[in-house]
Amino acid sequence: MTKYITVIGLEVHAELKTKSKAFCSCSTAFGSAPNTHVCPVCLGMPGALPVLNKQVVEFAIRAGLALNCEIKKFNKFDRKNYFYPDLAKNYQISQFDKPICENGHIDVNVNGEEKRIGITRIHMEEDAGKLVHSGATISTSDSSAVDYNRAGVPLIEIVSEPDMRSAEEARAYMENLKAILEYTDVCDCKMQEGSLRCDANISIMPEGAKEFGTRAEIKNLNSFRALVRAIEYEVERQKEILEDGGHIVQETRTWDDANGVTLSMRSKEEAHDYRYFPEPDLVPVQLDDAWIERVRSELPELPAQRQARLVKEHGLPEYDASLIVATKAMAEYFDEAVKTAKDSKGVSNWMLGDVSAYLNNEGITISEFKVTPAHLAELVNLTKDGVLSSKLAKKVFAEMLKEDKAPSVLVKELGLEQVSDEGAILKLVEETIAENPQSVADFKAGKDKAIGFLVGQIMKKSRGKANPGMVQKMLKEKMQ
Amino acid sequence: MELYKLTAHELHEKLVNKEVSSVELTNALYERIDAVEDKVNAYVTLDKENALAQAAKVDAKIAAGEEIAPLAGVPGAIKDNISTKGLRTTCSSKMLSNLIPIYDAHVIKNLRADETIFLGKTNMDEFAMGSTTESSFFGATHNPWNLDRVPGGSSGGSAAAIAAGEAIWTLGSDTGGSIRQPASFNGCVGIKPTYGRVSRYGCVAFASSLDQIGPITKDVTDAALVLNTICGKDEHDSTSLDVEVPDFTKALVADVKGLRIGLPKEYFGEGLDPKVKAEIEKAVKQYEAMGAEIVEVSLPHTEYAVITYYIIAPAEASANLARFDGVRYGYRNTSATSAPEMTTLSRTEGFGAEVKRRIMLGTYVLSSGYYDAYYKKAMQVRTLIRKDFEEAFKQCDVLLTPTSPVVAYPIDGKMDPLSIYLLDVTTIPVNMAGLPGISVPCGFADGMPVGMQLIGKPLDEATILRAAYTFEQANEYHKVFAPLGGNK
Repeated sequence: MTKYITVIGLEVHAELKTKSKAFCSCSTAFGSAPNTHVCPVCLGMPGALPVLNKQVVEFAIRAGLALNCEIKKFNKFDRKNYFYPDLAKNYQISQFDKPICENGHIDVNVNGEEKRIGITRIHMEEDAGKLVHSGATISTSDSSAVDYNRAGVPLIEIVSEPDMRSAEEARAYMENLKAILEYTDVCDCKMQEGSLRCDANISIMPEGAKEFGTRAEIKNLNSFRALVRAIEYEVERQKEILEDGGHIVQETRTWDDANGVTLSMRSKEEAHDYRYFPEPDLVPVQLDDAWIERVRSELPELPAQRQARLVKEHGLPEYDASLIVATKAMAEYFDEAVKTAKDSKGVSNWMLGDVSAYLNNEGITISEFKVTPAHLAELVNLTKDGVLSSKLAKKVFAEMLKEDKAPSVLVKELGLEQVSDEGAILKLVEETIAENPQSVADFKAGKDKAIGFLVGQIMKKSRGKANPGMVQKMLKEKMQ
Repeated sequence: MELYKLTAHELHEKLVNKEVSSVELTNALYERIDAVEDKVNAYVTLDKENALAQAAKVDAKIAAGEEIAPLAGVPGAIKDNISTKGLRTTCSSKMLSNLIPIYDAHVIKNLRADETIFLGKTNMDEFAMGSTTESSFFGATHNPWNLDRVPGGSSGGSAAAIAAGEAIWTLGSDTGGSIRQPASFNGCVGIKPTYGRVSRYGCVAFASSLDQIGPITKDVTDAALVLNTICGKDEHDSTSLDVEVPDFTKALVADVKGLRIGLPKEYFGEGLDPKVKAEIEKAVKQYEAMGAEIVEVSLPHTEYAVITYYIIAPAEASANLARFDGVRYGYRNTSATSAPEMTTLSRTEGFGAEVKRRIMLGTYVLSSGYYDAYYKKAMQVRTLIRKDFEEAFKQCDVLLTPTSPVVAYPIDGKMDPLSIYLLDVTTIPVNMAGLPGISVPCGFADGMPVGMQLIGKPLDEATILRAAYTFEQANEYHKVFAPLGGNK
């Protein structure tokens, strides 16, 4: 069987976090009643004209710099013409041949290997409104309602080079991109709400081939999981076609998440001719060095820098640090917790272990996590100081999820302080030795396992509160 | 006293001196409209109730001894492609025949602030596409000088309303001559300001890079007064220029001594009606006699202006008119069974033939594979046309040309679209270069008014106003009133 190489390029649309829309002063707030953030401009009323929101340019520059792009000083807008009821003017104001950013990249790490994914361009444009159909599709519905609240919300479209060779690489690129957009505070990156959207161009070619295969563009990838599944499905679909002696059709396909398949939307022949031309209602924007340099100087710490810092300052392993910095909220939680924690690695372990498990289980993000960084730090400290065994710490953590109380308070309320009193432990040790002569004999005969049984018996007696380190030590001393 | 025959500046005096009230004046205009409108058809919509209410407010102010703006209480009319909040704005199209705008155009806000009176909305070629006002969904407008002839266009209603005494001042819009040519055909003064002088916010876009709002009036003084009100930077229009606006009435000085007037030879060649040419030459001689210096200049790319215009303007229009899809407002076909079909049928039924022709033309020239050959090349030619003017203005202060190579022609539909397009050769280059241009009456040919066009340097409306004013004061053409004759 022929071996194939997968070639993937991603087009990512990110809604910018400006307060007002790209070309009018309407609010960009999400989730308001339909058609409440609208005006003559974003409704495309006859005679209304767009005026550029400077903040859009500022954010595009910031994203471009964070993604290692060249910032182009001459900027103009173009009209992208197509008819759709959610597009008020039936053209989208976009940037065609002169995008604001070019030639950037993101470095990703997949299975321990560094790889640089190129970014071809980033351009500014406006979003469309939202359609709600009474039926399945626009053509089969009796009626469709339109909400123009999102119409005119600014977007940047980030187009990658076709540099990715697997779903894992695509996922890594997307995760890194999302983190960078979050860190730079240009996008809130809520894939479910549509503020970060991804289309994938996917093709395959036989190993050794010089030219890429014919690509399919896959739309509607609303989560990392969807991205990975869609790529895996699409690659298999294309392989099957080629293996059967067929050829791939250049087309736009949509990802059907429920059924786990991609479906054809339109072929190349049916593709739009967007008839781009320069937007005559807007004047070109000339960026000066001072503007670009100011934005550069104001760039926040980016994920890669933060990861390096966590390794250097907190001694975290690279992998753990990469997980902590993957989202801005996680990284900020960590930074906040280690302010008072005596053990940074302990904080990291908790966050990547029980905390992450809880968040996944609840389907929430760390921003919605009830336990404060200070309380988690306190829990880490209680363990570090020997007040809590790791087993009891888990018990306290379970209580912290239920009640907004400091772990030290909960420990008292639950009577869970670890017993480190030598006299008390000695009493238990002596009792247990007396009750289990066989195990003592086994230990003395060289069966090390026997000590585990004895420790377990003592922990049981103390209802888990005895300091296990002390128990072990004193047991050995007594049995010598 | 026939109040409708007076100018805005004359009426301002009478209002301030309490010789006449704004309510009396407004009523007099509506009486005049009642008397002649069925012959002229200058209006699409009248707004008598609001106009009289506004007039009463101005009268109260005058009675209280308060100062009023020069246009306060003086009734005018607005071309029906300029958005008026609460007052139907149709662009003379079936597509927008039911559209009540939710906002005022920038110029309307300014005029309201000056407490002027809006009698109604004037007829035009559908979406300002045309030179005859015949393509209106509400029927053709007739030329008050001869009702069997066209009033020109696309601001034919605004110009005919002035000529017929149905408004004291009006607003038009000019994309390729749509203010100046009808002003010329109706014996009025019409000025297209420098591109960017007047905000386009609220002017329903035809060709965004060419459109400009301007006044049509009985004389140059009134034109200056309206300009004073409508010009200036508007934060809602990125293309409006942030430059100081002079008091244009200061330019109204009857003196052209030493003024260098350029005659572009390309505007006096083939296609120019000899009778029109004779009137223009008479005007040139008069200027010379008044001390102006006459120089012959050349604008070598003039012959490409019309074809270039008919690429750029329809291209922009094809996008500008895409928003009329039946979804949010305007005409909607109700028999369609899906949203895409609804849009297709609404556009098929809502637009007239000329509008569809231009949308198709524009869609074609922007299509993949044709863009470079048409639109891109047209933009390059446009630059050459602009440079022609820059060169010419090194030798002169203003350019003088016929506004149109012909006088108003019969309403008989005998002219094919291409012949009509070609007649705009004298006005189109001015839009292509974004320059100010004014048309002033300068004589008659076959009983129809002849207009002279004066073209200025960018933002130099003052000089063309001065030249126009000087000529006007030395002649009586602007005082001759249209006879409303003909067979209609």
